Amino acid sequence: MEKMPKWADVILIPAISILLAAIISGLVLLATGKDPLNALAIMFDGAVGSSRAWGYTLYYATNFIFTGLAVAVAFHARMFNIGGEGQALLGGVGVAVACLYIPWPHWTLALLGAIVLSGIFGAFWAAIPAFLQAKRGSHIVITTIMFNFIAYSLINHLLVNVMKPAGVMEPATASFPEAAHLPNFHDILGLVGIDFAMDAPANIAFFVALLACWFLWALIWRTRIGYQIRQFGESESAARYAGVSPTKIIMISMILSGMFAGMMSINNVMGEAERLVLNSAEGAGFIGIAVALMGRNHPVGIVLAAILFGFLYQGGTQLSIQAQIPKEMVVVIQSLVILFTGALDHMVRSPVERIFLALRRKEA
Amino acid sequence: MTTPAIELKGISKAFGPVQANKDINIRVMPGTIHGIIGENGAGKSTLMSILYGFYKADAGEIFINGNKTEIPDSQHAIAAGIGMVFQHFKLVENFTVLENIVLGAEDGPMLTSSLRKARAQLKQLAEDYGLNVDPDAIIENIGVGQQQRVEILKALYRKAEILILDEPTGVLTPAEADQLFRILERLKDEGKTVILITHKLREIMEITDEVSVMRRGTMVGHVATAKTSPAELAEMMVGRKVLLEVDKAPAKPGRTILEVKNLSVTDKWGVKRLKEVSLTIRAGEILGIAGVAGNGQSELLEVLGGYQKATGEVILNGEAIDLTGLHSDGQTRRSRGIAHVPEDRQAEGLIMNFTAWENMVLGYHNDPKYQKNALFMDNAAIRKDTEEKMARFDVRPPLPELTAKSFSGGNQQKIVVAREIERNPDLLLVGQPTRGVDIGAIEFIHKQIVALRDAGKAILLVSVELDEIMSLSDRIAVMFDGRIMGERDPEKTSVQELGLLMAGISGEAA
Amino acid sequence: MDFLLLLDTSVLGTTIRMATPLLLACLAGLFSERAGIFDIGLEGKMLLSAFLAAAVAYTSGNVWIGLLAGIAGSLMLSGIHGLASITFRGNQLISGVAINFFASGITVVAAQSWFGQGGRTPQISGAARFDPIIWPGALTRIRDLLQANLSTKIYSQIISGHAIIVYIALLAVPLAWWILYRTRFGLRLRAVGENPAAVDTAGISVIRLRFGAIMIAGVLCGIAGAYMSTALQAGFVREMSAGRGYIALAALIFAKWRPWQALGATLLFGYLQALALRPDIIEKAIGVKVQVQLLDALPYILTVVILAGFVGKAIPPRAGGEPYVKER
Repeated sequence: MEKMPKWADVILIPAISILLAAIISGLVLLATGKDPLNALAIMFDGAVGSSRAWGYTLYYATNFIFTGLAVAVAFHARMFNIGGEGQALLGGVGVAVACLYIPWPHWTLALLGAIVLSGIFGAFWAAIPAFLQAKRGSHIVITTIMFNFIAYSLINHLLVNVMKPAGVMEPATASFPEAAHLPNFHDILGLVGIDFAMDAPANIAFFVALLACWFLWALIWRTRIGYQIRQFGESESAARYAGVSPTKIIMISMILSGMFAGMMSINNVMGEAERLVLNSAEGAGFIGIAVALMGRNHPVGIVLAAILFGFLYQGGTQLSIQAQIPKEMVVVIQSLVILFTGALDHMVRSPVERIFLALRRKEA
Repeated sequence: MTTPAIELKGISKAFGPVQANKDINIRVMPGTIHGIIGENGAGKSTLMSILYGFYKADAGEIFINGNKTEIPDSQHAIAAGIGMVFQHFKLVENFTVLENIVLGAEDGPMLTSSLRKARAQLKQLAEDYGLNVDPDAIIENIGVGQQQRVEILKALYRKAEILILDEPTGVLTPAEADQLFRILERLKDEGKTVILITHKLREIMEITDEVSVMRRGTMVGHVATAKTSPAELAEMMVGRKVLLEVDKAPAKPGRTILEVKNLSVTDKWGVKRLKEVSLTIRAGEILGIAGVAGNGQSELLEVLGGYQKATGEVILNGEAIDLTGLHSDGQTRRSRGIAHVPEDRQAEGLIMNFTAWENMVLGYHNDPKYQKNALFMDNAAIRKDTEEKMARFDVRPPLPELTAKSFSGGNQQKIVVAREIERNPDLLLVGQPTRGVDIGAIEFIHKQIVALRDAGKAILLVSVELDEIMSLSDRIAVMFDGRIMGERDPEKTSVQELGLLMAGISGEAA
Repeated sequence: MDFLLLLDTSVLGTTIRMATPLLLACLAGLFSERAGIFDIGLEGKMLLSAFLAAAVAYTSGNVWIGLLAGIAGSLMLSGIHGLASITFRGNQLISGVAINFFASGITVVAAQSWFGQGGRTPQISGAARFDPIIWPGALTRIRDLLQANLSTKIYSQIISGHAIIVYIALLAVPLAWWILYRTRFGLRLRAVGENPAAVDTAGISVIRLRFGAIMIAGVLCGIAGAYMSTALQAGFVREMSAGRGYIALAALIFAKWRPWQALGATLLFGYLQALALRPDIIEKAIGVKVQVQLLDALPYILTVVILAGFVGKAIPPRAGGEPYVKER
């Protein structure tokens, strides 16, 4: 017997968690002498108040869909990948290599090439901790975090010593050639006669992200590999009995995870910056954890959670400009969402379950 | 009339939607051995865990020696003079015997003096009750019989006057069980009260003074042991007449299906778990493996099931099977015609959070009939297949969308048995087929196993229930310490003879 | 090439300073994990404590008050971790990750609103800082040290010249050993990490015991954080814990959850960090110039290498990471 209806589980519980996170965040703002309601108004205006605002919100959401999928696919195998940030940074190198060193005739081909290379680079960065977990039992949480730090140094080295054009001071690559520029929402929606702000960064990568969501859904719930990943995640002993190789599942789930995280770079590096700079991922890899937890590791939930975080991120940027509230406020909110939807799930859930049980008893 | 040592009035306890105890009343007289008998899941352990303060009752009262006593936690139970030996021992495996006994009963914040004091008392207790254990041995290095003594000593060290034992003989050889009973009698002679929870009628008849019978969370009745019979008790337990014997025709063994030669397994700590085991099984026969749990039976099943490396030879249908673990796993084993009902259905046989239909392809997800095309599985076909199997095996409720955890133990086991037997395998491995299963399901599962045998298949049955081995097997092999001690014909052997083999005393020497 | 240079006394002195926060955090993790609670949140607790210690020390002008504030902040996060992982039986890894992000965000937000210096505290000095304790007769001037003999150098640079917290951390090692193996509390703590059901049926509260353990961890992390911002450096800067909480966890695994081995493991990691600060010595010692980025990454790379290569059969406390639910 289920304790409560499904809609309560997938909508009500996350909504309560968000509300709790919002209340605490409001208290933090009050404590720092800011007006939370004013802050909320600024955020709404800045994140959804215009097509330009939407362009930013959906741009950030695209990043978070990719990193959310990355965390989710690993989590289905009960691998906790905290290395999405580093894998996304490496994916950026993949994009830069694809765009700078290969002369593409058209952006469509450049996009395909960038998807492949960013995926491979990200997957590679996840495959090493995965291998160490599978073969040496090295704790994946610690190793993936270490790989984030190592990625920062590696990118720093690459940008300062290898990929930086001669005679430039800033540690960044040259801008990508025209043929590697992706169409943004203004270009795409213009084709169907919708006027969208020209200077907003949301671009075609958003649609790639939606495709990736479908891919994850089909993989996890419709294929044999997905079935085995879920088996392994739910019960390692049962998976062993069923003849599933733990090494294989750990490697596959983590490689897919790194691939998703790496593919984020077609949005921020290729679609927006159009060159590789230091710290290109800007914490999106970590936000993926909150997005996956909130979205219950399901693609639909991930898209919704990613848009919410896109809203918070873009709104937060406006807050820092207009109300001098540091952007790190988003990190606080993110941590509260992780806390309430992930670790304190029981606290939120059990009173709701009790209410539903009581309601049912009344009916009966 | 003397005051009862324990009186429980109107005890009720629910776990979520499951009512484990319903309005239970029971009185236990001091200085007696009182049995509580019932099927698996009848609520015996729950009742006693409430008495020990491990669970909190939803309703009801507890009287100790006539005084109403609140027992919100184990601390209070201990203070009231109650000790409990759980079915799964509550010992810290990498602590010494002495540390385990002292834990929670230290006499000060410093450890050294507590340990010194306990050592002296332990020696005294060992002498008083014949409970000898080395105080400095590490728990994981001593046998289960010894571990059980530690649990009893723990209770006695805490000055328990009332001792509860939950299924204490499940892990013991018949000889060890006898020893335990002598200890319990000695405790009774010293004036202590003993409560024995068991599902084995033989034990009740052998040692108890009085017996209370439970069925599906309710108390069915209380009788003096001297005035009842096993048949009467069985009927009270189940609520109807029970056939205690399995009805089967003599075996007609055919060609050799499985041949195992010198099979050995060394675990990751370098301990040999299986030592040069050899056996054969022919078509149309059931080979039963008897033995106390942990003597290599699990490893034997794991090797044959394809998830444990081994050395030696395994020949199935005349062809050798790879044992290195490199080219062989549960998948290839299944494709070669081995099916496996594992010992632990909750950890291995099922995934508790998966639906019944997802569990119905556990291990068989590569089967072509479950594929829609090269990429996708055909979930609709799996659901339909599951519905059919659930109907044939009378799984209740017959709903493929329910998660495994929402079925009762018996129905969970039927799902596993349906999945494995319906493969029509050449060799069926069966481990503890009826552990934690109600009598109705036991009878059903036994019938299915016999039917498979009569269809000319080979069956390897592992069980710690000697009765089950005796009634189902066509041949019995006894395992002890990773070895096969000998093979017996069930028609020509006795529980006593098998018990000696289970204790490692070979028939020839005895 | 001169490999002896790698054992330079100033590097070894720095090793002890770098090892101190690692050691305190490692012992914090030891108490927590020995009681069966994984604590990924060491990092966040150190970071919050580092901020509060520096901020309060600067405001009050008294470093001891700063230390107390740091400990209080760390204890608050321990409490949240306990609430999530003990009371509500949530996922301990997720709770720890949330705590780390919370600390990472809130320190910058609070520092900005408090001091308005871009998420850092002002420089602290004098009584707002833990100064090195110079032992009698120890040399401090570089000119004197250059001419001193080896034993004087060892005395002056390795034994003398550390803040009081360094000595506290070193004393915490035998103390932790004594508590774990010689007291009733230690016996129960080790038992609850191995088999909480044994503790429960022995009539001891699993919840209280585990909360006790993570509160000890909170105090130790608090001291570690305060040390970073008021002794190792003179003020708080964003993300100043720089992965030390995770390195401490790696050291804990390397030490197989034992106090003396924890000292050894954290000294090793401290040495790597100290070496990474001295590219000049490395260059002289091995004769090759090493990329500065490689040196930055070195402690993290070696953490991975040690986790992958040398841990071997480290058996963690058996009940670790699992919330205690009475079996049915």
